[in-house]
Amino acid sequence: MNAPVFAPWTDQSAEPMIRFRNVTKKFGDFTAISNLNLDIYEKEFFALLGPSGCGKTTMMRMLAGFEEPTSGDIIVSGDNIGHLPPNQRPVNMMFQSYALFPHLSVWENIAFGLRRDKLPKDQISARVDEMLKLTRLEKFARRKPHQISGGQRQRVALARSLAKAPKLLLLDEPLGALDKKLREATQFELMDIQEKTGTTFVIVTHDQEEAMTVASRIAVMDEGKLVQVDTPDRLYENPNSRYVADFVGDVNIIEAKASPLDGDRYALHWSEAEDALIGTTSTALSDGQSCYMAIRPEKIAISADRPEDAANAVQGKVEDIGYLGNMSTYHVRLNSGSLIKAQVANQRRISRRAFAWEDPVWLSWTATAGVVLAD
Amino acid sequence: MLRRWFLIAVPYVWLLALFLVPFLIVFKISLSDAAIARPPYLPVFSWGDSIIDFIRELDFENFIFLTEDDLYWKAYLSSLQIALIATILTLLVGYPVAYAMARAPEHWRPTLMMLVILPFWTSFLIRVYSWMGILSTEGFLNQFLLWVGVISSPLQILNTDTAVYIGIVYTYLPFMILPIYATLDRLDGSLIEAAEDLGCSRASAFWLVTLPLSRPGIIAGCFLVFIPTIGEFVIPSLLGGSDTLMIGKVLWEEFFSNRDWPVASAVAVVLLLILIIPIVLFQRNQQKQAEADR
Repeated sequence: MNAPVFAPWTDQSAEPMIRFRNVTKKFGDFTAISNLNLDIYEKEFFALLGPSGCGKTTMMRMLAGFEEPTSGDIIVSGDNIGHLPPNQRPVNMMFQSYALFPHLSVWENIAFGLRRDKLPKDQISARVDEMLKLTRLEKFARRKPHQISGGQRQRVALARSLAKAPKLLLLDEPLGALDKKLREATQFELMDIQEKTGTTFVIVTHDQEEAMTVASRIAVMDEGKLVQVDTPDRLYENPNSRYVADFVGDVNIIEAKASPLDGDRYALHWSEAEDALIGTTSTALSDGQSCYMAIRPEKIAISADRPEDAANAVQGKVEDIGYLGNMSTYHVRLNSGSLIKAQVANQRRISRRAFAWEDPVWLSWTATAGVVLAD
Repeated sequence: MLRRWFLIAVPYVWLLALFLVPFLIVFKISLSDAAIARPPYLPVFSWGDSIIDFIRELDFENFIFLTEDDLYWKAYLSSLQIALIATILTLLVGYPVAYAMARAPEHWRPTLMMLVILPFWTSFLIRVYSWMGILSTEGFLNQFLLWVGVISSPLQILNTDTAVYIGIVYTYLPFMILPIYATLDRLDGSLIEAAEDLGCSRASAFWLVTLPLSRPGIIAGCFLVFIPTIGEFVIPSLLGGSDTLMIGKVLWEEFFSNRDWPVASAVAVVLLLILIIPIVLFQRNQQKQAEADR
């Protein structure tokens, strides 16, 4: 049984629902967004990811209509909405602070947008009830926002923003105020709701795990520019830059000088004291070009003896062990002085742990495990 | 323990000495009879007399008199009416000012706040007198209007109800602005954005979100203007005409022109009773607000 894969961005004929075309946004002298192009497709769950101040919130506020682009066009379903006021856009937003109206009940909060459209009363109440059911809030309809919990408030905010069945729903750090457990549960709930309603979601977050969990595609941003736009697995496995490799997940970055071997294999000279590492990349590197090898800690094997057939093997001493329960992170100090993180699933009980502090160990990984990135 | 008792006692002693005792004295005078004497009423309590004889001489005659002469209830009603209209006018002027202050850039706000409070640095009496200079027939306002050519003969503003309203609005404006500003300042800007996002125009977002959420400030401001305005004496005597009827003025005349202290005291006691209603409502509003903030 093979469900068709949802990937309109690979389809040349697919028409994007949202297009940012050469969008620049300046606040005084400060350039928040610089000449940015981005396509988002219908029914996507699209994440804007980046550190604070990278411009992701500005992007979202331009979609909602709270900011106007200084130059460039924002096109939603063929209409240039760049200069439309927020109340005339087919877009709704769920605010980071939830922005629930404190003087209105949960029911009235959800009905607020529908009432503005002057819908008949029975239609409004049917739609509100539908939203209450979707977010499992039926019991709290009559309460005021300050009489319910944080998680419930979050769901009211979601229900309110979905009530008008917008073409596009914007979520600004929607789970930021929830604790970790509730956040994880809510992430899956969000995905369910997105699938059920078929709405296009654009989420802004600084939490890469959250983006990886919920999104079909992620745009990693830095200083007003898109660094990489890709699916979560490609971002993780094939980051296009040191910045992305470092921002998404945990990684060891090793600086080296490349020298080509056969095909796409390169020898990476990184330390006088150690053998060259072997890595592959599709980007052509010249002899002696400086580059980085990015290797994820969980792709590194740890052993007492040198493995026979490993393409890359280095020796060192266990300096620290971070015990996370399900896995442990070993910080291994190499003979050359650099520090490498390796992650191992704890398949056995901790008393059976194979390695302890100060143990000499070998770290190894295959030639394709890491990513070689040009400087 | 002693320390705590002391701390609790301080405000109570204050109230007892400066409110309850004077009130009881005024109340006692209101039950006495006017007399040409010093003090101008009887009986005067002196130690050694029998308390029972003293109390026997007290009666509610003066309160009954207040209901017999229509001057008094007309004055009360007219005070309430003037206070009500003046409060609404102050709200209409004060709300936009408070709104503009709350929307002003952050670094301007302390300055604006200062400008609102600044008039308090000059004596209230002097400020009301200067309005006489502005509003009189030869005053600045008329001279200006004549110069501009809007009018051909000076307007009679001073010594009318209009002048009283101008005086009250001017004097009590800060009491309206400050509580409204406080609620608007605390208002989360994303609520307005949410309203616009859900389909409101600027105007309807104001009407449906900003205005209802600033209601506690509006109520507080209205009471802070309404309550002192009812008993206002200086403004109607200086700016109002002979037909401007306010209970504060009646009270003053009763005390100092008629020298009928017992009737004047009765007027004061009734005024206090009337004021208790809005004061209790005001307290309740404040309490509700404090609970909502928690």
